[in-house]
Amino acid sequence: MKPIERDEVQRAIDTFAKRDVFLHLETTNGAYASHHDESFFSAGAYIRNAKVQYEHGKIVGDDPYRVGLKLEIGWVYAEGLNHFEIDEQGRLLLAGLDSTGKLAVALQISLQPFE
Amino acid sequence: MEKEKQVLVVFPHPDDEAFGVSGTIASYIESGTPVTYACLTLGEMGRNLGNPPFATRESLPKIRKKELQDAADSLGITDLRMLGLRDKTVEFEDDGELTDRISSLIQELTPSLIITFYPGYSVHPDHEATARAVVRAVEALPVNQQPKLQCVAFSNNCVAELGEPDIIHDITPVQDKKIAAMKAHRSQTEAMLATWAEKLEVEDPELLGWIQKERLWTYQWPEK
Repeated sequence: MKPIERDEVQRAIDTFAKRDVFLHLETTNGAYASHHDESFFSAGAYIRNAKVQYEHGKIVGDDPYRVGLKLEIGWVYAEGLNHFEIDEQGRLLLAGLDSTGKLAVALQISLQPFE
Repeated sequence: MEKEKQVLVVFPHPDDEAFGVSGTIASYIESGTPVTYACLTLGEMGRNLGNPPFATRESLPKIRKKELQDAADSLGITDLRMLGLRDKTVEFEDDGELTDRISSLIQELTPSLIITFYPGYSVHPDHEATARAVVRAVEALPVNQQPKLQCVAFSNNCVAELGEPDIIHDITPVQDKKIAAMKAHRSQTEAMLATWAEKLEVEDPELLGWIQKERLWTYQWPEK
């Protein structure tokens, strides 16, 4: 993964629009957050292989970025994104890595289900 | 260390074995005791991807699988089972099916000792779910056929509630194998090991003590 290049990510988002795509969306503080700091309220969410179609999607912001996908009857978004890769299978992998490199958020779009 | 016929180690994530019991594993293997390591997931949801990142969410499982095999090699483990569950979902699996997976391993291997996490005192939901499944599988056996059950605990309250660990293995003779196993899990340990380099150089007693003394608690069955 490399730091997000907004235009390249926007073009990738556009190529997946109006098609059936599979999404991976994840936010996490890590399973040890409340172990290291008992006052820390740990929360996160995870969905893998949600099959959706979006009308359009947009990347906004200035490192870190936000990405929103407008569905026919709903929305998907993620914030805190700063790294990306279009992998060998043509999937768009977006991630938000904290200052130590740990993943805090991921939004990934693929034409085929994720393994 | 007591002589064992066969040891079965059950943890959910590649690297769970490395920190707490890899010296114990290497010691058993050096003394000729067969050790099977059943690892439930590939740590697919690990947050460490390298810094700068050399992995992605999608490439991480393949990388961690290789790391797990390398760690097993460095400890001399020849029977490594990857059970194919997904990281952070273990507690949501069907309890009965999970117990059956463990029971069939026990039936096949008839271990004299099982090492896993201590249920209630192992912090990560996957650790807890794994530990509960092992306890259920052992509990289902007739008492005279139950293997010993020794557990890793590290929650903040573990010593206050369980007392001091009743088993402490000094693994100094196999310390290099333990460090090699930890290093093998590069994607997860690189940053931490980098902070150790200096301490290892000056033989920092606190760090060496933590590495050399492996602490286990014999599982206490609840009174019926």
